[in-house]
Amino acid sequence: MTKRDLPALSIVELRDLLRRGEISPAETLQALEERINAVDDKIGAYLEHDLAAATAEAEKVDMTLPLGGIPIAIKDLINVQGQQCTCGSKILHGYRAPYSATVIEKLRAQGAIPFGRMNMDEFAMGSSTENSSAQVTRNPWDLSRVPGGSSGGSAAAVAADIAFGALGSDTGGSIRQPAALSGIVGFKPSYGRVSRFGLVAFASSLDQIGPLTKTVHDSALLMNAIAGHDSRDSTSLNAPVPDYTKNLGRDLKGIRIGMPEEYMIEGVDPVVKNAVVAAVKQLGSLGAEVVEISLPHTDYAISVYYILATAEASANLARFDGVRYGHRAEKVSNLFDHYARTRAEGFGAEVKRRIILGTYVLSSGYYDAYYLRAQKVRELIRQDFAEAFEKVEALVSPTSPSPAFKLGEKTSDPLQMYLADIFTNAANLAGICGISVPCGFAEPESGKKLPIGLQLLGKALDEARIFQIAHAYEQSTDWHKTRPKI
Amino acid sequence: MASELDVAYVAQLARLHLTAEETKLFQKQLGDVLKYAEKLKEVNVEGVEAAAHAVPIFNVFREDTARDWFTAAEALSNAPRQTNNLFIVTKVVE
Repeated sequence: MTKRDLPALSIVELRDLLRRGEISPAETLQALEERINAVDDKIGAYLEHDLAAATAEAEKVDMTLPLGGIPIAIKDLINVQGQQCTCGSKILHGYRAPYSATVIEKLRAQGAIPFGRMNMDEFAMGSSTENSSAQVTRNPWDLSRVPGGSSGGSAAAVAADIAFGALGSDTGGSIRQPAALSGIVGFKPSYGRVSRFGLVAFASSLDQIGPLTKTVHDSALLMNAIAGHDSRDSTSLNAPVPDYTKNLGRDLKGIRIGMPEEYMIEGVDPVVKNAVVAAVKQLGSLGAEVVEISLPHTDYAISVYYILATAEASANLARFDGVRYGHRAEKVSNLFDHYARTRAEGFGAEVKRRIILGTYVLSSGYYDAYYLRAQKVRELIRQDFAEAFEKVEALVSPTSPSPAFKLGEKTSDPLQMYLADIFTNAANLAGICGISVPCGFAEPESGKKLPIGLQLLGKALDEARIFQIAHAYEQSTDWHKTRPKI
Repeated sequence: MASELDVAYVAQLARLHLTAEETKLFQKQLGDVLKYAEKLKEVNVEGVEAAAHAVPIFNVFREDTARDWFTAAEALSNAPRQTNNLFIVTKVVE
């Protein structure tokens, strides 16, 4: 193995080389840098990366720690002191984080090195990364297609072997959907499992930080590092953190997996449907018992999600007022003009749309009809899952109704873009955990493979079991070993 | 319900200046989204409690102890306008 091949390694493989002293953390960063320079012009995943600063950090790192010397790419909405944190928005252009998020402190405490700021849909609003104000990110499997979103930079980088692993955030599918479209593993922890202190808030009752990696084992390792209670996030759960790798390698005997009948709807690409049906068969052959299950309120999840998420966003984004940080309009005539023009100049179209929708559903006269009603239906969706998890340990579905779509295909129709999250939204509404793992390829054009993702959902705080099932499936297939040619 | 959305008015509430084209476009696009969301009217929500969060935890307290936090210089490090260790705001009272 040459240094040129290093970036293709998983975190587990890299960790073994680092521990044996066959390569140093600084050499690892150098190899990664060379690969980024060779490939990222085509992908557009990185907004910024600082080799000198990361190398200085690498030289001091304690190699006996679980993630000693391993570089991790960070979605550009998680604060790392001294680095940019633009959230893919013009309004935060030039912003430098004055402090680090809890997840960053936790990664560093395990020896990992935050390296690189990854492109994303502005303020995590989108499913294709096309809403970034900074640049286009392309799918490594087909450069004319989107990598998914909103954590599209994180997903594309891992898929293109220009990151060993990455952190993203998932409000309605923003880790799992880009992982599916880019052919990697994306994990959304249960609500409250990972501290959001230092994560720029989009929708506070839905947001979670999670890992994007090449394998399930890598995902579990990163979760071991970032999970846990934090007194600086009042929504953080004070529950013990198990070793998420402990169940890896166990078979699936005695595990019941539910296939929600509502998830095999029309509108799912037949190629995706076939891949998921085959994956479910495979889970059965590994010892799992597959049963039909019903989540009767599934059809309402997208509506509930876009009412609640935009309402919360409209409140969260009120902080961008051009006073304490970020863009500020020049030559304003009064205070109203200061706010209205600062925000008009700083925010992109999708963010403006969602602020308008969120403000509307919270406004006097419409609050009960939209916001309150949506919260009630959310409770019914939560109960659907609670009842399902009395019968099964996990639910299985496609992650996304289709493989990666073309750049520009859905940008003019927000509703079509919102429907891309149809299988992922509900998990955020219910606060449960979920993973996307590669389960096949579509081949719409000769010579180009497009990855398909399998979603597994588990009840709140049952992360270890979801890792067990996902790992057993992954290890029984070769999907994760196929890499895109760039 | 959908037809009642007045984008220009809501934009005022949200302190967001929109161009005439944006207003027109959002009126159409958000009208479509609200029309799609009308299906929520079908659901019987009588007696259902509103879920503000997926995980109901209440009254989270921590010790009221001082801890190191930003210095004034750090807090001001991203301010678009500042002077004498203070943020400069646009005139609030005429």
